[in-house]
Amino acid sequence: MIAAGSPKIAKVADLFAVAYQIEADAVERYELLAGQMETHNNPELTAVFRDLARAEAIHRDEICRLAGDIDVVARAQRVAKWSRGESPEAASLDDAHYLMTPWHALRLALAGEERALAFFKSVMETAKDPAVKKLAEEFVEEEAEHVNLVHRFLRKYPKPVDSWSSDMDSPVSQE
Amino acid sequence: MADRESVSVAIVGSGGAGALTAGNLLLEAASLAGWQGLLSRTVGPQIRGGEAAALVRLSSHPVECLPDRFDVLVGIDWLNAQRFGAEIDVGPHSLVISDPRGGDLPPRVAAAGARVIELPMKEMAKEIEDGRPNMIALGVVGRLVGLGVDVLSALLEKRLSDKGAAAIAASRAGINIGFAAAADYGSGLRLAAPKPTGARRWLVSGNEAAALGAIRGGVRFAAAYPITPATEILEWLASNLAKVGGVLLQAEDELAAINMIIGASFGGTAALTATSGPGLSLMIEALGLATAAEIPLVLIDVMRGGPSTGIPTKSEQADLNIAVYGCHGDAPHLVLAPQSIGDCLFTTQWATYLAEALQLPAIVLSDQFIGQARAAIERPADVAFIGQRAKATDIAGAYKRYAIAANGVSPMAIPGTGGGQYTADGLSHTERGLPTSSEHDHNTQLDKRRNKLAQFNFGDHWATIEGKGDLAVITWGSLTGAAREAINRAGGIGVEASLFAIRLLSPVQPERFAAALKGKSRVLIIEQNHSAQFHHYLRAHYDLPREVRVLNRAGPLPIGASEIHRAIVEWR
Amino acid sequence: MAVVDIPIARKPSDYRSDAKPIWCPGCGDYHVLMSFTRAFAELAVPPEDIVVVSGIGCSSRIPAYTNCYGFHGVHGRSLALAAGLKITRPELTVVVASGDGDGYSIGGNHFIHACRRNIDMTYVVMDNHIYGMTKGQPSPTTEPEFDTALSPGGTGLRPFHPLVIALASGANFIARCFSGEPNQTAAILVEAIRHPGFSFVEILSPCVTFRPDEKEWKNLVHDAPVAATNDPAKAARRIMTDDGFNIGVLYRGDRMPYRPTVAQGSLDLAELERDFEL
Repeated sequence: MIAAGSPKIAKVADLFAVAYQIEADAVERYELLAGQMETHNNPELTAVFRDLARAEAIHRDEICRLAGDIDVVARAQRVAKWSRGESPEAASLDDAHYLMTPWHALRLALAGEERALAFFKSVMETAKDPAVKKLAEEFVEEEAEHVNLVHRFLRKYPKPVDSWSSDMDSPVSQE
Repeated sequence: MADRESVSVAIVGSGGAGALTAGNLLLEAASLAGWQGLLSRTVGPQIRGGEAAALVRLSSHPVECLPDRFDVLVGIDWLNAQRFGAEIDVGPHSLVISDPRGGDLPPRVAAAGARVIELPMKEMAKEIEDGRPNMIALGVVGRLVGLGVDVLSALLEKRLSDKGAAAIAASRAGINIGFAAAADYGSGLRLAAPKPTGARRWLVSGNEAAALGAIRGGVRFAAAYPITPATEILEWLASNLAKVGGVLLQAEDELAAINMIIGASFGGTAALTATSGPGLSLMIEALGLATAAEIPLVLIDVMRGGPSTGIPTKSEQADLNIAVYGCHGDAPHLVLAPQSIGDCLFTTQWATYLAEALQLPAIVLSDQFIGQARAAIERPADVAFIGQRAKATDIAGAYKRYAIAANGVSPMAIPGTGGGQYTADGLSHTERGLPTSSEHDHNTQLDKRRNKLAQFNFGDHWATIEGKGDLAVITWGSLTGAAREAINRAGGIGVEASLFAIRLLSPVQPERFAAALKGKSRVLIIEQNHSAQFHHYLRAHYDLPREVRVLNRAGPLPIGASEIHRAIVEWR
Repeated sequence: MAVVDIPIARKPSDYRSDAKPIWCPGCGDYHVLMSFTRAFAELAVPPEDIVVVSGIGCSSRIPAYTNCYGFHGVHGRSLALAAGLKITRPELTVVVASGDGDGYSIGGNHFIHACRRNIDMTYVVMDNHIYGMTKGQPSPTTEPEFDTALSPGGTGLRPFHPLVIALASGANFIARCFSGEPNQTAAILVEAIRHPGFSFVEILSPCVTFRPDEKEWKNLVHDAPVAATNDPAKAARRIMTDDGFNIGVLYRGDRMPYRPTVAQGSLDLAELERDFEL
């Protein structure tokens, strides 16, 4: 069942638009996180989030291409709206931390891909239009691959030590 | 190579590198080993993870200001360090320890001609389980200045006890590695052995010292509204006032805070609040009330960059005008300024005593630099100034709260004292305290409030006067230390000047001032503000010799000893 | 021939400036900023016609992060400043941003009177139950047992109930949101801005640095169990069931917004002397 507050998808064009928006939101979110990390002097994570943004941008552009004549950008503005929660691949901002490690970033990415996978699965399961069902199935396969990819990356990064967020310096009061 | 009288170290790092912790540990370890020192810091705009620099100066003598150039600059990383500009300057004789993977040296540092040694502190820290590069930096610095590794190690037990044994072990390992790495960096930065005087020593910030001074002076009530850079005074008082039977109340804003302390003081309890410029602006109306109704209070203003919201994390001396002149009407009151971290204790204690003795507000003008810097100092001597207001007891007949007396001070009836009932009022009042618009009463009371200040013998504490020569360097507050150092350096090359640092800014002391300037034909006025408030204040109230020069500058960069030295030496 | 202004479609990025926030990563205010820009885009008001007014505190840094006009004023007085602005420039969209310290402590008095006055503006308070910018002192909404350096052992004081105060003082629209639901928050902001009169939106926005315990908030917030009402008495009874985590619109009132009647001042200045003429 589709989570409350998700966009209604009646036609193939809508699904393309929503899929496009999901990737576009992911790009924006990773760029935002990269900016936060840069301001807070975490160059390693700045690079990780920029890389994630680039990867999502490729997916986004691919969807644009697959959509052919459909103006996904314009359609997404009308159709791709979440009234509850956010679009599924947008990484959770609340889990950011200025001392976070690549492992944390990849966990965020994994959670995003899993949410996207769950979303497309529910579209596939509830679609009445067979064309929508078929397209949703393709997106499900795609997202499943992304999930696996993130898992593979995760295996390369060690789990952070318990003290990863410990900063010996106190916070600074600015006003 | 001879050991040095003083060594200065800056440790820079960002994003959780722990530069400030390293600086704190360095100061504390050095002070345990017998040296004196001063630690300040400079930070970026972030609340966490920002670029930060700990600025430390160690010596066998008292240290009251930072140097213009650091002997050692350790860069755990250089991310956004160019923001610090001249605050972390080095010169051709300096030593820079730089993590090669920490980004580029700031342009000023790269161009300074210093000796640069690369040390991959972050990588080395990774070799230790839970290792931290700031501990390696600390070990390096310890070795350079001649601190024993055991002193540093012992300190870790104490300071990191809440982080657990593993963290302590990791930090110890880091210090050892840094210590070993610096083995062949040279011995040119070793500090001369401390001269043991047997005096007890403290590690304290100006804000903490001021808070203790207030309690010693008799303060037992404080009202608090947080504001940078004064909050530490209030936080220290929150737990420590309770230990001596006092109370702190958090107020909803500064208007409430000042009115709360007026209420407590009216009820007989010596009371204090602490704030910064924006808070002082809010408190001004009630300051006038306390002056008019003759109610003692202490108001610490830890000055910061202004005007308005200004630069909250930096120091300036730009609240002189509002402290002295801020009230509407004629409302003379006390304005004092501590001259060093240790002097924050004395001046606040003295201010409490004076406020109680003279039954009016005392503003203590501290600033962000001495307020938030920490110093290893000799324990300040105990002083006997304890607030003791003249109380009316055994009242016979109609009580005159504002009775005219020879010294202008009329005994105050504390609520609960039979026969002493009166209504305190900001309205112009009679001797009995009743509202009046009569010319006689208004002027009599204005005279009374002026006389009580004019007739009081403030003694020698009103100013610090040292040295000889026909040039008087006149300053106040936290610049006293830099001025003293500049004068000493000038003296070393045969240029004499005397130091004249005013502690009691208001009421003015014309006779004492004239006596202090006897024989001086030139004055050099030093102050940290844009419009030379102190210069204009002196001109308004005192006679100055014909030759006057002013060295004034706004923040955020503090006026340093070298600048003052140049001004002294170039004026011949 | 009348020219009709067709509002051009806007994107949230149209309302975002280049300035990099100093907020700690993980701060709820990043989501609030997102809600602002999404709401503004939905309203499609040109950025130059919006003014974001704030006081002092982490939340109050928000104006410079938008591409609208902004005023980062003194601590606690943003409502007064905004009143002066809106009365003289009623065509502007005025949004006031504050925090629980700035808004409910030093700003408490102005809060009561702004609700009473009911000038058409929207007041957004990012509540994190702490003074964040000054490093962790209790605010009026901090729990009584929360230990801090300034109040060792906790304040022991009953927390402030901003929605109760707003209702009692006459606010015309009252809602509570959660920063972790930026789209829902954006939708409520749109409604608040469109609703005439003084709209008050409290946004629970966790402080990752001084209140890491507030990570739990996402599990504690829930839709308010009753629907919004335009009956102040009903709203007052609803508040009795509020556990501090009810999300949604509480009250949509019908008060006329305060607009002083400004006659078309075409009087010749010379006429003003008439009173004094002998």
